[in-house]
Amino acid sequence: MSSGPIQSMLPHRVLLALLVTLGAVTAPHVLHLPPWMTPLIIVCAAWRYQAGSRGWRLPNRWVLLLLTLVTAGGVVMHYGTFLGRDAGVAMLSLMLGLKLLEMRTRRDTQVVLYLGYFLVVTQFLYSQSLLIAGWMLVTVWALTALLITVNRRTTPSGWFPHSRLAATMVAQALPLMIILFILFPRVPGPLWGMPDDDARGVTGLGDSMTMGEISQLSQSAEVAFRVEFDGPPPAPPQRYWRGPVLPAYDGRSWRQPDDRGAFRPPLEPLGGEIGYSVTLEPHNRSWIFTLDMPVQISTQVTVGSEYQVERRNPVRERIRYDARSALNYRLDPELRDVDPAPYLHVPENRHPRTRELVRDWRGRSDNDDELIERALQHFRDQPFVYTLHPPRLQDDNVDEFLFNTRRGFCEHFAGAFAAMMRIAGIPSRVVTGYQGGEINPTGNYMIVRQSDAHAWVEIWQEDAGWRRVDPTAWVAPERIELGLDGAVPESDQLPAMARRTQSWTRQLALRWDAVNAYWDRWVLAYGPGLQQRLMDSLGLGQWQRMLSALAVAMLVCTGLLALLILWRQPARRPDPAQRAWERFCRRMETTGLPRRPQEGPRDYARRVATARPDLEQDVEGITSHYIALRYGREPHESELQSLHQRVGRFRPRRA
Amino acid sequence: MSLIQPRLAGNSAPIHALLRDAESVILGKRGQIRLAIGCLLAQGHLLIEDLPGVGKTTLAHLLAKLFGLQFQRIQFTSDLLPADITGASIYDRESGSFHFHPGPVFCQLVLADEVNRATPKTQSALLEAMEERQVTVEGETRVLPEPFFVVATQNPGSQIGTFPLPESQLDRFLMRIQLGYPDRAAEHDLLRGRDRRRMLNDIQPAMDVAQLLRLQAEVEKVHVADPVVDYVQALMEFTRSSDQFHTGLSPRAGLALLRAARAWALLEDRDAVIPEDIQAVFVPVACHRLHPAGGTPGSHDPVQAAQVLEQVAVP
Repeated sequence: MSSGPIQSMLPHRVLLALLVTLGAVTAPHVLHLPPWMTPLIIVCAAWRYQAGSRGWRLPNRWVLLLLTLVTAGGVVMHYGTFLGRDAGVAMLSLMLGLKLLEMRTRRDTQVVLYLGYFLVVTQFLYSQSLLIAGWMLVTVWALTALLITVNRRTTPSGWFPHSRLAATMVAQALPLMIILFILFPRVPGPLWGMPDDDARGVTGLGDSMTMGEISQLSQSAEVAFRVEFDGPPPAPPQRYWRGPVLPAYDGRSWRQPDDRGAFRPPLEPLGGEIGYSVTLEPHNRSWIFTLDMPVQISTQVTVGSEYQVERRNPVRERIRYDARSALNYRLDPELRDVDPAPYLHVPENRHPRTRELVRDWRGRSDNDDELIERALQHFRDQPFVYTLHPPRLQDDNVDEFLFNTRRGFCEHFAGAFAAMMRIAGIPSRVVTGYQGGEINPTGNYMIVRQSDAHAWVEIWQEDAGWRRVDPTAWVAPERIELGLDGAVPESDQLPAMARRTQSWTRQLALRWDAVNAYWDRWVLAYGPGLQQRLMDSLGLGQWQRMLSALAVAMLVCTGLLALLILWRQPARRPDPAQRAWERFCRRMETTGLPRRPQEGPRDYARRVATARPDLEQDVEGITSHYIALRYGREPHESELQSLHQRVGRFRPRRA
Repeated sequence: MSLIQPRLAGNSAPIHALLRDAESVILGKRGQIRLAIGCLLAQGHLLIEDLPGVGKTTLAHLLAKLFGLQFQRIQFTSDLLPADITGASIYDRESGSFHFHPGPVFCQLVLADEVNRATPKTQSALLEAMEERQVTVEGETRVLPEPFFVVATQNPGSQIGTFPLPESQLDRFLMRIQLGYPDRAAEHDLLRGRDRRRMLNDIQPAMDVAQLLRLQAEVEKVHVADPVVDYVQALMEFTRSSDQFHTGLSPRAGLALLRAARAWALLEDRDAVIPEDIQAVFVPVACHRLHPAGGTPGSHDPVQAAQVLEQVAVP
C-alpha cells in the first residue's frame, strides 16, 4: 500500500501525538519488560513515524508474521511461559509495538488505541501508588482524545485536538468510577493471584540471620510499615518491633526451628499499654510486626511458642491491623512446657576462644546477672565499632568477630551475645525486627523503614522470664536513641531517606509520604474486609443488596449527568414562527400529507397544493407568511401574530 | 401576500428576457441555464463537464452574447503554454523596446475549452488568473477586466491524454454542472430547428455590463437568516461525519453554497435565501468538492451528493 492513504488517515501531528501517548503508556512497564523489547518497540514506533512523515513502506504481511513469531518466541524463551503477569504484559506491549507496523486504516488505529487502554490497566498489576494512578488518568485522557480524533473525520487542528472534550468525558466518568470502587463486590486476595511473580524483588527480613545480612537490608530506605499511635508514641528505647524469632543455632547462622510449638507461652502484662494501627507493606512472608509485647491484634493471627505473630498467608498486599502492646511484661517465667535444651544449644566444636572467655567470666562471677553484666561491659570496654560495613568473617565468625575484627552491625553483636549466653548456660534466642521509626510531622504517624531493621537478644531467667537484651545499645547507644543515622560513621553510605537531616528534599519526601499514607489508608486499604464492614453499617451486607445499590447508584449518576448535559445545552428557544409552522405541520399530518424532514417549506407547499388543490390557498398563504418571518429580514411582531392566527384557523379536512 | 420583497425591481424585465432568450437557443436545459446565470451573478466561475456535442460551447457563447460581454475562446491543447493564455512581451523593432501583447485571458468572458487537455502548468496559469483576477507577466501585474468570468469545459476525466484538474483547483470553480442529453421532445425541436451558431449571431444583448455589475451587487445584499446558516452547517457536518465521503465540505465550500444560493434567490425574485435555494445549488456547488469514500481519486458522484439533501433535515 502506498503512503498516501496512511498520511491522509493520520495527519502528521496526530500520529506524533499517538506515538508519544503510547510511549507514555508503555513507559512504566519498561523496567519489567525483557531488555530487548523496549528498543524493538521504539524501532516499530520510529518506523511507523517515518512511514507517516517520509512515506517509508510498512513491512508486508509475511515480514510481520515472521517478526511476530520470532518475538513471541522470544517472550516465551524469556519467561518460559505465555501466562502470568509479566509474560502477559510483555506480550501485550509487544503486540502493541508490532500493530503499529500494520496501522494502515482507521480500524487499525482504533485497535492500537484499545490495546493502549488495556496496557494502562495492567499497570495496576505492578503498582497501585498515587503517582501511577495519576499517570494512568493522564494517559487515559490522552488515549480518549486520540480516539475521538481518529473517529471524527474532520481534519483536526492544534497539537492535541479534542483534549477538552476528552477531559470532560473522563471527568464525567469519575463519579461512575467512584461508585464502582465503593460498591462493586470485592474478592478476597489479589484477583490476579500469581504468587511466583510476587515473590521477586520484595525486601524485608528473612527467616534466618547470618552475620552480614541485616546490614545489607539497612541500605534500603524502603518503607517497611507505617504506624499510627492512639496516644503519644513510645520513647525510642521502647520501639522494638518484634518480627521473626530465631532460636535455632548451628554455629554459624540463627534460624527459625523446623517444628515450631503451637502453644502460646503465658504473658503477664505489667502496664504501659499502648494502642496503634499498622499499615504493613507486602513483604511476602507471613509474620507481621508488633511492639514488644502484643496483647491484642485485630487481624487473624497465630502466636507461636516464640511469641512470633504470624498470619496464615504471606503478606502479598498491603494490610492494615490494629494492635495493643504492653511495654512492660513478663513472658513465660517458668518455662514450664518447653524443653530449654534448644535454647542452650551451641555446636560442640565451635567458638573455642569464646568458650574460654566465658569460662573465665563464669569463674569470676557469683551469679548469672553478674556474668551478663560482664559480657555487656566487654562490648563497651573493648574497642568494638558499630558499622554498616563490617569486614567479612571467614571461619568461626563469633570468635573472629569478638577477638579480631571487632567491627560489626547489630546482627554481629546479637549473634555473638546470644552465643555467649548459651555457652554460659543461659537460654537465649535472637529476635529480629525493626528498632525505632521516624515520626512524620505531616500526618503525625511513624514511618519504619528497612534501614531500621535490627536484631537483638532475648534471654530467659528464672522469675524474670524472657527478657530483652540489646547488646547494640551497649556498643552504640545512639543507634537506639537516634536511629541508624546517628550511630554509623559519616563515611558509611546510607540512603538519603535513612539520614535524619533536615534538608528540604527530605521534608518534601516526608510530605509526599504522608500523601501516600492517606492514599494507602483510604483507597488501597479498601479491600474485601473494609468493604464488608462499610456495607454492613449501611445495611447492604448481602451481596444481592450491594449489587442492587450499585445498579441504582449507576442509574442515578448517569441520569444526573444526562440532566446536567441537557441543562447546560445552550437553551435555544425555538423561533416563534417555527412553533407556528410546526403546529401547522402537525395539522397537515392528520391529512396524510406529512412534511418530510428534509423538505423545505416551499417544496412542501407545492407538494400539498398538487395533492390537495382545495388546501392550496391556505397552505400557500401560511407558507409564504412563515418563510417571510423565518428567513426574511426583521419581521414585525404583528406579522407573527397574524401567522399564529392563520395557523389557528387552519383546520384541514381529511382527504 | 408576500412579505419577502422582490429584489429585482427594475431589473426584472431584462432577467426574464434573458432567461427566455437563452431557453430558446438551448432547449430543455432550463435548470442548467439558470445555474450558469446564477453563477455569473454570484461572480463565480463555471465548469461544465460533459461529453462533446451536448452544447457546452454554445452555452458559454450564449452567456457572453446575452450579457453583452467580450468573448474569447481558448482551445486547450497539450502543447498550449502559459504565455498563450496570459500574453507576452514582444520586441518591437521599430520602437526598439518590448511591448506587451495581452493574451486571450484579458477578456470579460473567457471560454476555456477542454481545459483538462492542457498540461498542469498551463492550467494553473488560467486558474491563478481566475482566483486573483489579475495576471502577473514578467514581474508586472495587470488587472483583468471587470466583470471577469471563466467558463471552462472538460470532457469526463477518464479519457486518454487528459490532465484531470487537481482537487485544490477544482475548488476555484463556484459550480460544476453537467448538461446531459436533451429529453426526447427538446431533441426533436433541436433537430428540426435552425443551426444554433447562426441563432447565436442573431441574439441581442439583454442587458449591458453596467446592469450586470449592478445585479452582482444586488446578490450580495440578499438576506441570509440564521436558520439558513444552520442548515448549511448541518449539511457540512453531515458530509464530514458520514462514511460516504472521504473528506467533508470545507468552510470555503460553505461560503460558496451561500453565495450561489443568494444568486439563486435573486433569480427567484426574492431578497432572502430559503432552504430550497440551498438545495437548488447544492449539487453543482458541492459535488466537485466531495470525494466519495472508496471512489477513485477525482471521481465525483452527483447522485451521492444529492443524497446528502435527503438525509439532512431542514431546521
